[in-house]
Amino acid sequence: MAEVLVYVDHVDGAVRKPTLELLTLARRIGDPVAVYLGANAESAAPALAEHGAVKVLAADAPEFGDYLVVPKVDALQAAAEAVSPAAVLIPSSAEGKEIAARLALRLGSGLITDAVDLNAGDEGPVATQSVFAAAFTTTSTVTTGTPVITVKPNSTAPEAAPAAGTVEQLSVTFGELATGTKVVSRSPRESTGRPELTEAAIVVSGGRGVNGAENFAIIEALADSLGAAVGASRAAVDAGWYPHSNQVGQTGKTVSPQLYVAAGISGAIQHRAGMQTSKTIVAINKDEEAPIFELVDYGVVGDLFEVVPALTDEVKARKG
Amino acid sequence: MSLRIVVCVKYVPDATGDRHFAEDLTTDREAVDGLLSELDEYAVEQALRIAEEADDAEVTVVTVGPEDATDALRKALSMGADKGVHVEDDDLHGTDVFGTSLVLAKAIEKTGYDLVVCGMASTDGGMGVLPAILAERLGVPQVTLLTELSVADGKVSGRRDGDAASEQVEAALPAVISVTDRSGEARYPSFKGIMAAKKKPVETLDLEDLDLEAEQVGLEGAYTKVLSATERPARTAGEIVTDEGEGAKLLAAFLAERKFI
Ligand SMILES: Cc1cc2nc3c(=O)[nH]c(=O)nc-3n(C[C@H](O)[C@H](O)[C@H](O)COP(=O)(O)OP(=O)(O)OC[C@H]3O[C@@H](n4cnc5c(N)ncnc54)[C@H](O)[C@@H]3O)c2cc1C
Ligand SMILES: Nc1ncnc2c1ncn2[C@@H]1O[C@H](COP(=O)(O)O)[C@@H](O)[C@H]1O
Repeated sequence: MAEVLVYVDHVDGAVRKPTLELLTLARRIGDPVAVYLGANAESAAPALAEHGAVKVLAADAPEFGDYLVVPKVDALQAAAEAVSPAAVLIPSSAEGKEIAARLALRLGSGLITDAVDLNAGDEGPVATQSVFAAAFTTTSTVTTGTPVITVKPNSTAPEAAPAAGTVEQLSVTFGELATGTKVVSRSPRESTGRPELTEAAIVVSGGRGVNGAENFAIIEALADSLGAAVGASRAAVDAGWYPHSNQVGQTGKTVSPQLYVAAGISGAIQHRAGMQTSKTIVAINKDEEAPIFELVDYGVVGDLFEVVPALTDEVKARKG
Repeated sequence: MSLRIVVCVKYVPDATGDRHFAEDLTTDREAVDGLLSELDEYAVEQALRIAEEADDAEVTVVTVGPEDATDALRKALSMGADKGVHVEDDDLHGTDVFGTSLVLAKAIEKTGYDLVVCGMASTDGGMGVLPAILAERLGVPQVTLLTELSVADGKVSGRRDGDAASEQVEAALPAVISVTDRSGEARYPSFKGIMAAKKKPVETLDLEDLDLEAEQVGLEGAYTKVLSATERPARTAGEIVTDEGEGAKLLAAFLAERKFI
């Protein structure tokens, strides 16, 4: 079977969930070969093997951490030349998309970004995308070159399918552009202990109606009672009430959880763009005319300061 | 020497309109009004701020798009940019990101540049990859997705907030940068600005002017093909209750019925 390159997103050797999803999707097309850049490949290899990686191509160099994007493109290009893959799959983060785009240009290949599903087709992989603020679903193929496809988190459930996962060294020569943009310093995002927004089964979001940073505690309390991630509208983020990393929408994250709870959010098109594909949507808003109610499976017209804490108590009581 | 800043702006269908696909599965640009992509207003704003800081600078706005795309240029000129370049050609219909970046690279090289400023993504296609491709094509550093930035001493530096970390990055000019919607509110054009924009030069170029062939761009030159586009079924109307003290209980019952609790 043809091999499919899968770019590994990891934090110091801990493989992030979207990569396991990519390995699962890759198996629909061919044999996954993981490309691991950075230190600690050996500690990542078991998780990669467990999810179907027949091989792990590993490279470590200071350039990967010290310079932006391009060293990783050089490495993936080397991997693509070594393997002649049927496709290259990369997680759809901001960086992932930039890596994919430059790689595709170098390979003379077509690029598809933000796929939400991927299947084998007669003429290569067929990617499903959600466009125009999720109002349309499209399917596309790459007609020229090795398909380079970035896939959004939560596109499939990771499945185990143990394979060899032998670690092999990948030799990378860095081009002139690799050291163009220096990363002068890096501050890792602090973990909140809550699920990742894009990976969570339930997301509870607050908007302008929450009316203050300190009031987000009631959103967090509901989220914690449900084991959910916390999201926010851009209005709440712009006001400085919640970090931008939690923003849901066009210029924030796209989420597609089993349950999305919107409290004090009107449902502007740019917010919808990031949550419209959630399986079940509920909203709490005091304005019965709010557009968010057009999307909901269940809506409560009411004051979030009454409804949200009461709901938290109900959830806790029912969970015992 | 004057600092030559080029801003890439896109003319897009209004996101609040009812956007559709045309029969050839390209974005339908007829049905919905177009405008300067809101995310590119941030790019124009940052370019103007950098120009104001520099002793001597010139801001050129470039767009690749249909005839109406001049509206996007005029808006940017009314905000304060100095001149516009409009690449327009019938053969550009259906061009993908590789084609667009090729055309932009040629137009930018022809214009001359020290700094190229882009938006974080276009509000229609929304790939957010053109700036990276443009940097690769021009052979200069990419300093993308900046939320804070400064240009001084022939260097651009700024903060890039990623999923896992926030990074401070820097590169020597010439470079391609992109800025996010958190880089700073874009100014409104003043009346004076709008009047002045009418007299500012806009150069129109076609493919021939850029030594490009029709086969390199357009739907034919695209490396991907859209097979189908299906409108999502409208969500079926759910149940809406008004809270009269029982709202939370009713909602909890709904969540329990769906097995979330
Ligand atoms: C290019 C661009 C990109 C954008 N990207 C994003 C994005 O990524 N994400 C995003 O969210 N937005 C985005 N926006 C902004 C978007 O257009 C809206 O402005 C934003 O989503 C509004 O946030 P909101 O619903 O919290 O606030 P509002 O629209 O002000 O709504 C607040 C709601 O809270 C309700 N409310 C108030 N008090 C209470 C109470 N006590 N109890 C219950 N309900 C209450 C009100 O009835 C109202 O419906 C973008 C805009 C542009 C132009
Ligand atoms: N047709 C175009 N003309 C000029 N600039 C563009 C065009 N398309 C994209 N851009 C620039 O590239 C950025 C990212 O676009 P995209 O990769 O399409 O999301 C935009 O914010 C613009 O700055």
